[in-house]
Amino acid sequence: MAERVFRVFRGTRERGELVDYRVEASEGMVVLDALHSIQARQAPDLAVRWNCKAGKCGSCSAEVNGSPRLTCMTRVDDFPANEPITVTPMQAFPVIKDLVTDVSWNYEVARRIPPFRARSPDFPDGSWRIYPYEVERAQEFRKCIECFLCQDVCHVLRTHGKHAEFMGPAFLVRAAAYETHPLDVEERSSYLKDEGGIGYCNITKCCTEVCPESIQITDNAIIPLKERVVTRHYDPLLKLVRRIARH
Amino acid sequence: MQASATLLQERRLGETLRRDRWWAAPLSVALGLALFGGYATWAIFQGTNYFADPYLSPFYSPCLSSSCPGEVRLLGFDWWRFSPAVLIMWVILGFRGTCYYYRKAYYRAYFIDPPACAVGEHRGHRYQGETAFPLILQNSHRYFILPSLIILGFLWYDTLRAFLFSDGFGIGVGTLILLVNVVLLSGYAFGCHSLRHLAGGGVDCFSCARFGGARYRLWRGVSFLNRKHALWAWVSLIVVCLTDLYVRLVASGVVSDPRIL
Amino acid sequence: MEEIERHQHDVLVIGAGGAGLRAAIEAKRVGAKVAVLCKSLLGKAHTVMAEGGAAAALATVAPEDSWEIHFRDTIRGGKGMSDWRMALALAQEAPARIRELEAWGALFDRTADGRILVRPFGGHTHARLAHVGDRTGLEMIRTLQDRVVALDIPAYMECTVIRLLKDGPRIAGALAYRRATGHFVLFRAKAIILATGGAGKAWLVTSNSWEYTGDGHALATQAGADLIGMEFMQFHPTGMVWPPSVHGTLVTEGVRGEGGVLRNSKGDRFMFRYIPEAWRAEYAATEEEADRWVAGHRSARRPPELLTRDVTARAIVQEVAEGRGSPHGGVYLDIATKRDPEYIRRKLPSMYHQFKELAGVDITKEPMEVGPTVHYIMGGVKVDPETQESTVPGLFAAGEVAGGLHGANRLGGNSLSDLLVFGRRAGSGAAAYATRAGAWASVNEHEIEEAVRAALAPFERGDGENPFAIHNELRHLMQHKVGSARARAGLEEAVEEIRTLRGRAACARVTGGREYNPGWHTWLDLHSLLTVSELVARAALERSESRGAHTRDDYPREDPELARLHIVVRRDADRITTRREPIPEPPPELKQILEGKKASG
Repeated sequence: MAERVFRVFRGTRERGELVDYRVEASEGMVVLDALHSIQARQAPDLAVRWNCKAGKCGSCSAEVNGSPRLTCMTRVDDFPANEPITVTPMQAFPVIKDLVTDVSWNYEVARRIPPFRARSPDFPDGSWRIYPYEVERAQEFRKCIECFLCQDVCHVLRTHGKHAEFMGPAFLVRAAAYETHPLDVEERSSYLKDEGGIGYCNITKCCTEVCPESIQITDNAIIPLKERVVTRHYDPLLKLVRRIARH
Repeated sequence: MQASATLLQERRLGETLRRDRWWAAPLSVALGLALFGGYATWAIFQGTNYFADPYLSPFYSPCLSSSCPGEVRLLGFDWWRFSPAVLIMWVILGFRGTCYYYRKAYYRAYFIDPPACAVGEHRGHRYQGETAFPLILQNSHRYFILPSLIILGFLWYDTLRAFLFSDGFGIGVGTLILLVNVVLLSGYAFGCHSLRHLAGGGVDCFSCARFGGARYRLWRGVSFLNRKHALWAWVSLIVVCLTDLYVRLVASGVVSDPRIL
Repeated sequence: MEEIERHQHDVLVIGAGGAGLRAAIEAKRVGAKVAVLCKSLLGKAHTVMAEGGAAAALATVAPEDSWEIHFRDTIRGGKGMSDWRMALALAQEAPARIRELEAWGALFDRTADGRILVRPFGGHTHARLAHVGDRTGLEMIRTLQDRVVALDIPAYMECTVIRLLKDGPRIAGALAYRRATGHFVLFRAKAIILATGGAGKAWLVTSNSWEYTGDGHALATQAGADLIGMEFMQFHPTGMVWPPSVHGTLVTEGVRGEGGVLRNSKGDRFMFRYIPEAWRAEYAATEEEADRWVAGHRSARRPPELLTRDVTARAIVQEVAEGRGSPHGGVYLDIATKRDPEYIRRKLPSMYHQFKELAGVDITKEPMEVGPTVHYIMGGVKVDPETQESTVPGLFAAGEVAGGLHGANRLGGNSLSDLLVFGRRAGSGAAAYATRAGAWASVNEHEIEEAVRAALAPFERGDGENPFAIHNELRHLMQHKVGSARARAGLEEAVEEIRTLRGRAACARVTGGREYNPGWHTWLDLHSLLTVSELVARAALERSESRGAHTRDDYPREDPELARLHIVVRRDADRITTRREPIPEPPPELKQILEGKKASG
């Protein structure tokens, strides 16, 4: 097969440039293969984060021709043969070096979400009954591989830099996984509204578009959470009902 | 938190490394909404040619003012001087305007916030999303469900009425158009995200909740329609305008309604 | 000398896969100050790739299943090489460990009556694998990760240990570097748990990720611990073979568990010809009987595709060698003709996705091309079955890096339960040790200085080889001379060539700076890779028989003399030495379980 040109970001937070590398393309090659080939033969210090190379761990996130992608699941032959393929780091996070970004902020957000709390067991042996139809909804959210591509593409973080105010789609998915868990009894709507900043999401769905696990982030996770927040905090009628019920 | 490599950052509107035609989608949404939104506004303010027995334009149902034709007049408010459609248009405007799909559509196409994924936007404004006035009012979406369903009930009534011609039961082209229209509007309304929440989305454990089984089935049904909510939104918007146009053309005598049965 | 970041914890867990996280949770529960350290980001460890499920005799599908049968299956699958005490602990504790995960938020697939659904797998008499579609590992690691976060256990991410530090005989700490900055970190600890996983990256065709460089095996060797069973490297029968980009990527055994069948290029379901005599009574005799079993008929026996991995992998190698392979040197794995597309997409979503995206194959319509891939090392650090402590006081091991449980061949699904059962035991063992240990052991500053200087040496060289090239050569060497078929001559050559490569690595050069430099990281990993390669080659030389995953062309049969002996490898001064050691005999009542009770229902 033909030689392809890869235009790769090399540098740090302070300075960097796009460098062209020529790579012999083989059948079925993915962008991560090309980066490995560059490492092995041309630039051993090219920084790339990766693990499983099978789309299961979500480590190799970057932007290919400007679109957030897992480089291990992006086929080289998806792009026109005569054009260079540009590979740049995720923009919503500070670059450490080359294609590797500092995603530690995400792990701090994860620590702040009120954790899973199960109701007391249904049976003396400590077990519960959960039926097949009840697990599907939460299982969709539990498919999340924490690649942070949704965080990267979300304009609230990417463009507006609201990292301090907004938890981002990935952790709204996490919160939804807890919230819709049949056993969970924790109340998270105050957290979602105030610290999580769910109101910053203007449901423009870029997160859903980039999700490599095809999680319907906006429709199935964020909007249902927004509705829960409305029920708890915004709906004046329900507030009244709750007040009357209390008396 | 400082964002990433500043030399890669999209700083200006439209700046991006994307090479596809990312502008095509927001542009067509902007044009489409302008076209059909514009037509609907025009039609609503006309106040004429909205009734051609047995067809009533969906924009004018229920017809509440004294100016309405006797066959479809309801309540007959005589203090109302304008087009009777204006009396009910807040329901439609409110329901579609706060709809989770349309919000995405116009935030992208008109607010350019963002214009498309991973594309630069203007950075002059302070972004508040839906956390502050006025967009915080979008949370009122669920309040429009009930009025919308009431109107939908009238539209179903109008559709049944469209089978009754002066000479008895019959089917005209207009009957079929009204039928398709009301089916599409129902598909749109019953796939509403807020309705989905009320149906069962707020329930965590279906097997422990009261009426959990029924709520699960209800939630599944709404979820099924919800999956293609954007498509329902578009098709129903286009068809409701075309339905009004058809009634208008028949009422003004430009075309005559062919009878099928 | 440069500034070194310093930390101090009662218990330091190296590795944040299932075993490491479970160990940390337990150590924290019993009151130890514990921290986790990992080479990647949290949640990316190899456990995340586990697909099929976790074996536990929950008996939710087959009520006749019990820990006794699980125990027997494990020992039999391990060809008698397993430590019975570990197999017993696994079989008895796995169900509780799985239920505990549920209490922490894991959502397994369910039976119609609301309990945990289990699926059949190779070598297991009954359906026994608790699973979530084909992403069980993800569910497990996320649940454990959430738990670690909820318990506020510190995690040092993207941090690699290069040396264990001792004070006399006992463990004193670990020296590591931060991948992002290249700066060194010193951890002082009373007890250290190795939970570093395996070593597949020493081979060419492997399902393992870059992290699997045998760090724990090498660190334990450096610390002077005994390792056992290193000759047993599992070849998973079904890895992808095409395109080259994904050669070796795992295709879950769950495909066969859900009814998938293996065929050669002639369309022949060849596994029927490879059922070992001793197992014949338990496997279907005809395709028709196998199909009935898949359909859920209790009277039928299971299909031969569900034989243990060693048998299946050897069968595939033989089919290909005899000219009945697929165009790219594998065989066909077909589920399309056995299950409807809806079912396949629901139960095997990531397989569907993986083949669709990477190979352009729709597994609901076409068969997959598969072949053996290096998957799991049964051998590892010799540990006490109760506490998981190694022969070095204060050094513990759990999960893949520990040896003894899986013997000569691991059953699918036993590794995920291994992580939970022995991760927990290591956590409590290490915490108890830390309490007993009292005062902190001291670290030798001179030794640290030396280690730092050695680690930075390749930056100083003006000339030298690229570490990637040396790694690549090692992978070819191990694949061809220490691969699925071995012989004395090849193994001896391998030992010699590993020594040469070690010499070349010592003169290699690293370009660029210390910040996130994969060339440098690879150079540092080479030390572990070369060590573990030598351990495997030497142990393989010593075991002059074929057993389980270890196949010697020059000794094609099992040797009864070696049936009850472990090969123990360790470092003495600067040499790797091997010796044989008897495997403890199970007590009579357990022997009865192993021999007596009838197989399957």
